[in-house]
Amino acid sequence: MAILEVNNIEKHFGSTKVLEDVSFSLEEGSALAIIGSSGSGKTTLLRCLNFLEMPDGGTISVRGEKLFDASASVSEWEKDLRKKRLHFGMVFQSFNLFPQYTALENVTLAEKLLAQERPDYKQRKKEIFEEIEKHGRDLLSQMGLSERTGHYPHQLSGGQQQRVAIARALALKPDILCFDEPTSALDPELTGEVLKVIRGLAEQKTTMIIVTHEMAFARDVADRIIFMDGGVIVEQGAARDVIDNPREERTRQFLTRYTEG
Amino acid sequence: MFWTVTQSLLSGLATTFQIFILTLVFALPLGLLFAFASMSKWKPLRFLMQIIVWVVRGTPLMLQLIIIFYGPGLWLGQNIWSGGEAGRLSATVVAFSFNYACYFSVIFRGGIESVPAGQREAGQVLGMTRSQIFFKVTLLQMIKRVVPPMSNEIITLVKDTSLARIIAAYELTFAGYSFMKSDGLTWPLFYTGVFYLLFVGILTLLFNYIERKLDYFK
Repeated sequence: MAILEVNNIEKHFGSTKVLEDVSFSLEEGSALAIIGSSGSGKTTLLRCLNFLEMPDGGTISVRGEKLFDASASVSEWEKDLRKKRLHFGMVFQSFNLFPQYTALENVTLAEKLLAQERPDYKQRKKEIFEEIEKHGRDLLSQMGLSERTGHYPHQLSGGQQQRVAIARALALKPDILCFDEPTSALDPELTGEVLKVIRGLAEQKTTMIIVTHEMAFARDVADRIIFMDGGVIVEQGAARDVIDNPREERTRQFLTRYTEG
Repeated sequence: MFWTVTQSLLSGLATTFQIFILTLVFALPLGLLFAFASMSKWKPLRFLMQIIVWVVRGTPLMLQLIIIFYGPGLWLGQNIWSGGEAGRLSATVVAFSFNYACYFSVIFRGGIESVPAGQREAGQVLGMTRSQIFFKVTLLQMIKRVVPPMSNEIITLVKDTSLARIIAAYELTFAGYSFMKSDGLTWPLFYTGVFYLLFVGILTLLFNYIERKLDYFK
């Protein structure tokens, strides 16, 4: 069974339709890349999945549990919104690290706040915090940042900041990790280190959705690719097929523009 | 004579200091509350806040103080302020707190709005509650941004305390001025100025310290 089922998602801002009848599913342990030009709705789709935007139509289910249903009321949507969000992790284009916290604190903050809701929090606070910090250090060293745990975001390069952000998103063990153009805000020489980390996650069978402009990367790392244009899914299929042998004319045009550009 | 003047000025300074501290104690949280109200999703509340801020910033603090101190007695036929210095002080603190809360609210709103939306969103996707996002993510970034404009307002407050003289509160300026009236002395006025300068000097050092303390992040 698919870990994520997205059915007929619609979203409009005012009279502008941003997403129209978007449906897809994702298998556990697989990576999905979403490609398309700016304004095609890719980012809005990710924001809907993370409940940063409320879709106007459709359903979203994770592991068979319906997290969002447009036919239900708004209060139903807002119910347990925090818990629903935890199914998804999000890595933003502009990192959005908390500037006043060190790399390690950025990674552990949310986990420590969530721990307050545990029944044994009061008695075992110290142990719990030690566990969380160890977990945070492990994640940062997995990102190749064990020497940078005490650094503040402004003391890190863009690539390092984005790797901290990935560790932060992983800390809460989301079912599905989403990346919103993770390398678009980086200098070209820094994109490699971030892509390498994402590649490593794919090899470990992390379930991921990656919105990206890096076509070669999408082809190599993703299992499946969705091409979006004008708020609709134009084409979806196995990654190599979509990039090497697109069926749709619009996909072909988009890819040609990319290889030329 | 120097000793007499010093004693009077010190007693005036005590009142000035009380007005200053009590105003901050009430105006800082009230200002934050007003800032939230002025950013409320509920339009009538936002509108009400705009009117309040317009009226309070648009009329002299001295006028507000006179109305708050004398108004209740004239309208209700009985004074709500206890007699003597304590009543004058309470009325002053009420007028000042409300006035300064309005100015602070505008600065706080600017500070909160200047924190990028991405910070709040990062907190949301990490499952934080609204209050966790405000206290753990936004607040310190806001404080860092509002320290310079707040230091301006707070230094202005030190000198605005002299307005309390209009309702005969015995504050620092009143104390210095009284020697000119009774003995024709002008040097106590300059001496009074020195008191204010020292007060503001200490505050300036404090604000510099806070700015340096918050310099560790950008």
